[in-house]
Amino acid sequence: MVFEPKILGFLCNWCSYAGADLAGVSRIQYPTNVRVIRVMCSGRVDPVFIAEAFMNGIDGVLVLGCHLGDCHYISGNYEAELKMKMLGKVLSMINFADRVRLDWVSAAEGNRFAEIVTEFTEHIRKLGPSPIKNDKLKKQILDNLSATKFALCDSRLRALVARQRELTTEGNVYGNIIPIEEFEEILDNAIENEFIRHKILEKIKNEGKSVPEIAKEIKIEPHKVLQHIVTLRARGLVDVDQINEEIPTFISIKEV
Amino acid sequence: MSNEDIRIGVFICHCGTNIGGVLDITELIEYTKTLPNVAYSAGNLYTCSEVGLSNIRENIKEHNLNRVIVASCSPRTHEPLFRSTCQEAGLNPYLFEMVNIRDQDSWVHMKEPQKGTEKAKDLIRMSVYKASLLEPLEKMQVSVIPSAAVIGGGIAGMNAALTLANQSFKVSLIEKDSELGGLIRHLHKTYPTNEDASNILETRNLAESHKEIDVYKSATIEKIEGYVGNYKIVILQEKKMIEIEVGAIIVATGARVLSPEGYYNYNGKTIISQLELEGLLKENSVNAKNIAMIQCVGCRNEERRYCSNICCMTALKNAILIKEQNPDANITIIFRDIQAQGVTYEEYYRRAREMGIIFIKYLPDKPPIIKEDHLEVYNEFMNQVIGIPHDLVVLSMPLIANEDSERLAKMLKVPLEENNFFLEAHVKLRPVDFATDGVFVCGSAHWPADISESISQSNAAASRASTILSKEMLEVEGSTAEVNPDLCIGCEACIKICPYSAISKDEETDTAVVNKVVCKGCGVCGASCPQNAIIIHHFTSDQIIAEIVTYGGGD
Ligand code: SF4
Ligand code: SF4
Ligand code: FES
Repeated sequence: MVFEPKILGFLCNWCSYAGADLAGVSRIQYPTNVRVIRVMCSGRVDPVFIAEAFMNGIDGVLVLGCHLGDCHYISGNYEAELKMKMLGKVLSMINFADRVRLDWVSAAEGNRFAEIVTEFTEHIRKLGPSPIKNDKLKKQILDNLSATKFALCDSRLRALVARQRELTTEGNVYGNIIPIEEFEEILDNAIENEFIRHKILEKIKNEGKSVPEIAKEIKIEPHKVLQHIVTLRARGLVDVDQINEEIPTFISIKEV
Repeated sequence: MSNEDIRIGVFICHCGTNIGGVLDITELIEYTKTLPNVAYSAGNLYTCSEVGLSNIRENIKEHNLNRVIVASCSPRTHEPLFRSTCQEAGLNPYLFEMVNIRDQDSWVHMKEPQKGTEKAKDLIRMSVYKASLLEPLEKMQVSVIPSAAVIGGGIAGMNAALTLANQSFKVSLIEKDSELGGLIRHLHKTYPTNEDASNILETRNLAESHKEIDVYKSATIEKIEGYVGNYKIVILQEKKMIEIEVGAIIVATGARVLSPEGYYNYNGKTIISQLELEGLLKENSVNAKNIAMIQCVGCRNEERRYCSNICCMTALKNAILIKEQNPDANITIIFRDIQAQGVTYEEYYRRAREMGIIFIKYLPDKPPIIKEDHLEVYNEFMNQVIGIPHDLVVLSMPLIANEDSERLAKMLKVPLEENNFFLEAHVKLRPVDFATDGVFVCGSAHWPADISESISQSNAAASRASTILSKEMLEVEGSTAEVNPDLCIGCEACIKICPYSAISKDEETDTAVVNKVVCKGCGVCGASCPQNAIIIHHFTSDQIIAEIVTYGGGD
């Protein structure tokens, strides 16, 4: 049987949803794979929604909004763009970035809507089913996706993205503008750190482990693991479990 | 409301054969009946016909439905109709959901009816899950104060005030100078008719004597509060604070001329600005015979990238006027590009050429050099430096934004563009609106505009304002954002992100609060809040995630 991808589409009410309606009025035929969730603006799409979609076995996600400059709410699609960029970074760590696309469709572009859907469906068909459907990989993929969701829910990371425009154009409270490259670096680091921290928490969810043990399991240098443990302790998420022969083991103390 | 209480009615529309001819409606009805909380499910030939609508109303009563779903065409066209049908049957209109199985299903999958039916099942199931989580919402009514404030008493402001006052709206016209009239007061004649500027200034008398217009001169704005229909403005006039209440605001603060000081050895005598030339023309005291005008001084450069729009025509006009008086005068306009758009202005330009006015193009990186009695300019076309004798050099200075525009923009919570001119909501579709409801812009406050442009824009702004002022009540969308103060940490990210400045900080609790009248429900703040403290009503995270999960998990 041919693989029929399960695709979710977030369409903004004012442009892309109207474009999709126009494709209908013009009777342009396209693949049946997309299910649409209408939102008022592409800027409404929280990256967490997309992690949630992948955790629930969806093979691909389209986010469509008005062309830049045409958002009904002025700047919503610029915000969407920043969020999706950040999401792309997180998803590329677990090889899912290829399964999301952000694009723009105006109310007059019925044809373009149909083309994007057709192309994206074919693209996902080529990529094949989400690895989560592979029983052998399922556990690992789910772990990765929940680490992703953890990162996307993290308030520090969210605050960075929410403030990106302000920090890189208007400046911080001291009026210092952060150059975009520098901002990207900060963001990349934050993403990677949150991702790793979640993996650490996963490993010490049920039993205490020492730094070298954790380092081995998640394949990261021990001194880095230690740094993360320190941060997680400061956040009240981790505590010392026992001390065996002077080597402490750590355990997660809060459901996240 | 607990789960057992939810009773969803699903009405599936045939839309004649539009849907019924492709999708298997019977199968959809049967499938829908198996979904949780669905109390009723049936087909309709045309749901939007009177028969269909009364069928919905009857079934709401008969089956005690508290959620209604119509699977048919697009919510963009039909949601308002079905919502009011629900309302007529006593159901809150926000307890309604629509599934698009025509425009986005049967019409686009005409050759794949089976797959189309499967898609419709998914869409209906997603909607049923969302519907279970819907909450009743209220549309808010706001009363409207039927008067307007026009800020700035130049030609744009005066004309906007008159247009509104002539429709019997009360207008407060606020001018910071001691006189109305703005820049026109300094002009001699106006293009393209060469009519005396003083004729146009007669608008001033009309405005001052109109019974519906209160003119505040030498007055500044100190404070603006409120929202569409209900603004409070504090005006400072002669050390007195005056408070006025208005339903709409028009920004017509104009612009000022960039000072020529420091450009091309400006000395105010033999090297003067175009505005000073207007003064000389007014007094009839232009004695020079060799006159050179330099265009684009201090603009279209790194610092000010824009074209000031009015300077080419002004130079043409003054050149023509001098030439008419003294046909022996030698006038050279040294320009970068001539802006004379439209039939009338183009004609005016042609007239200037025919009168013998000379036009020489210069390159921005090789500007003219003013020597004692002549001026040197490199012309690319001839590839040589040309000498032009002069006893008067006139510099065309651009219009620049007013110094206080930033202050006013902050008070109004409207944006400025990079040169500090006011920025409209949409350059093509909403040219005189701000994104903030009830605030409009016209004239040179927005961009250097000449008199006729200022008048068309001010007519537009006044008519846009009257669409608000003529209503007693405004209805605003019920699906807005709301901050949960228990989760909010007061980080202010949402305040910065909201394109409508609908969110402010409650200083007492140190948390964010949404002004529901101003909020448009775009949801951007909700997707951004680091603490997930913002609920976007009618598009809540829970509702959206319910749709996602049921689609994903519904194999
Ligand atoms: S972004 Fe969230 S936490 Fe920050 S002020 Fe707004 S509502 Fe509060
Ligand atoms: S939903 Fe949109 S308009 Fe409303 S407060 Fe949030 S960002 Fe502002
Ligand atoms: S409304 Fe379409 S992207 Fe904002």
